[in-house]
Amino acid sequence: MAEYGDTILEIRSLKTYFRTDQGIARAVDDVSLAVHAGKTLAVVGESGCGKSVTALSVLRLIPSPPGEHPGGSILFEGLDILQLPEKAMRRLRGNNISMIFQEPMTSMNPVFRVGNQIAATIRLHRKLGWEEARQEAIHMLKRVGIPAPEERLDDYPHQLSGGMLQRVMIAMALASAPKILIADEPTTALDVTIQAQILELLNKLRAETGMGMMLITHDLGVVAETADEVAVMYAGKVVEQAEVNALFKSPRHPYTQGLFASLPGVNYESDRLQTIKGQVPAATEFPEGCRFHPRCPHAMPVCKKEPDLIRVGNEHRVACWLFDPEVMATRTPASDKKNEGWEESPDAE
Amino acid sequence: MPNKPLLRVENLVKHFAIQKGVFKKTSGVVRAVDDVSFVVPTGKTLCLVGESGSGKTTIGRCILRLIEPTSGIIDFDGVDVATLQADALRRLRKDMQIIFQDPYGSLNPRMTVYNMLAEILRVHNIVPRRQYRDRIEELLDLVGLPNSAVDRYPHEFSGGQRQRIGIARALAVEPRLIVADEPVSALDVSIQAQILNLMMDLRDKLGLTYLFIGHDLSVVRHIADQVAVMYLGRIVESGSKSDIFDNPVHPYTKGLLDAVPVPEPGRKRQSVELRGDIPNPINPPAGCHFHPRCPDAEARCKLNDTHLVELHPGHQVACHVHAPASPDYDLANTN
Repeated sequence: MAEYGDTILEIRSLKTYFRTDQGIARAVDDVSLAVHAGKTLAVVGESGCGKSVTALSVLRLIPSPPGEHPGGSILFEGLDILQLPEKAMRRLRGNNISMIFQEPMTSMNPVFRVGNQIAATIRLHRKLGWEEARQEAIHMLKRVGIPAPEERLDDYPHQLSGGMLQRVMIAMALASAPKILIADEPTTALDVTIQAQILELLNKLRAETGMGMMLITHDLGVVAETADEVAVMYAGKVVEQAEVNALFKSPRHPYTQGLFASLPGVNYESDRLQTIKGQVPAATEFPEGCRFHPRCPHAMPVCKKEPDLIRVGNEHRVACWLFDPEVMATRTPASDKKNEGWEESPDAE
Repeated sequence: MPNKPLLRVENLVKHFAIQKGVFKKTSGVVRAVDDVSFVVPTGKTLCLVGESGSGKTTIGRCILRLIEPTSGIIDFDGVDVATLQADALRRLRKDMQIIFQDPYGSLNPRMTVYNMLAEILRVHNIVPRRQYRDRIEELLDLVGLPNSAVDRYPHEFSGGQRQRIGIARALAVEPRLIVADEPVSALDVSIQAQILNLMMDLRDKLGLTYLFIGHDLSVVRHIADQVAVMYLGRIVESGSKSDIFDNPVHPYTKGLLDAVPVPEPGRKRQSVELRGDIPNPINPPAGCHFHPRCPDAEARCKLNDTHLVELHPGHQVACHVHAPASPDYDLANTN
């Protein structure tokens, strides 16, 4: 087992493109991330930013065609996942790398009993008989905090609540003791109260097993409660990457700042919420240069060129020209709107 | 008269019969809404808050008579909605509209925005046919969509834009009351903020009254004037925004507030207050429905039903421990 903090998954310059009738959708474009043992990497961004596609690429679940990986590599224990034959990939998927999805209600087969589905998953990865697999399923359900697991095994998915089903999904994902758990918006479909329970459970299980977790979410509150490291994605690119405290203390990228500003409940004094004007463009129509510049309050001519990730602190990198010393040296004070930030912006889409 | 109630709901009850077998024998009832009363003043926003299964959506639908209430009074500006006949009801629908949670499921995928909105204008006879396009463009402008949206289909829009179409559809008949059933729950945070701002602007501009249904208290905080917290078909606490957020009394309200994730990494909460799921409403726990999940439950909570007790004008709480009823309360109420 890897030591705490070891890199167990490394995504290097990953590109995932889709051929569509409207052109090539560059859903994930040159993304580099790392997941460390015992830690949680949160990937944050709005819908359409490429978070889920990144996760699905790691599991090689991108259908081809229309999807393809024109570049990059995904290293798991020294192996490049993108180069593995399908048979080897099957041994990895759901075994060393597991995933839980946003909608527990649609992730399970409605016509089989919950116990059957867990036991079948266990038997797929371990040489166990049905009865042993069933015992193992009971054990897993206990671990994820389901009361009276013996009885729940004979329930059908529709007989369980959303929170219970998500616990079942987690039990299934963890049955093979994976080294990495990818959680794609695991609490978005759940009530806040249940969300709090599931997040607490995920934190507890990660600490117990020492697995690395990649948590995909759009909720910065969820990030604060679970993550050690954060990558903010916008339009297929990582725009900011930082240790969680550094990011929350001083978010640097205008997009990250916009995400923070639009959080409800942050600013109780004013009823109006601040917004990022507009919306994420379609993946076939990402603008040239910095992809955020059409929505950015600080946009300048240089933003038509693509910025690199610039180190702005220990474990804190940001892809924005505002942090390029050369560009900033040439800026006139009049064009510097840095302090205006996210005031009330007209929120037309 | 700014504070005259536009909507007054009294002792609203909705039971769903559980039918089993070929002969549809009734084998039990779900008390989805169990004796709920509240008022929504003109131009104000009342938020109904609670977990899934607490009955908040059922209340919203009863008010519009999308489902028939079992009993109770729904007084909309002096008219009892609960007993209206079909004709009068249709006329009344002009005054109250609903916005749904799921912006993907609530628009007909085969109709363009024009067809969708024109149908409403025709059915309710709002403007003559030749003015349809002007009126529709006006509506789209009101919700912040470009004129080019008129001839497009729902799939061409993002979630936030669809919710704007949903709002435009509700506004087409110039309603006075809008029931918004979790209108932003399915949206991203940044888009959520845009839609909430839009709803608040429209409220001020058009003098709308909202019944806003939600489960996320951080969202509710921005739009609410008054808040009613629901648990298993009953209101357990209601009051002004500051009553609920600054001075919550019921343990369930506190638990809900505590469950909202805080965007401060250092501040990990000690432990999750609200354990378990909302119980099955077919067979709710005796006494206070909340007692099995309540951190403060005492012996009497398992035995006696709770009643809403007014702590100070406008702030009502149903809890034996934190809002004990005065000794003569039961006497006064049984007479």
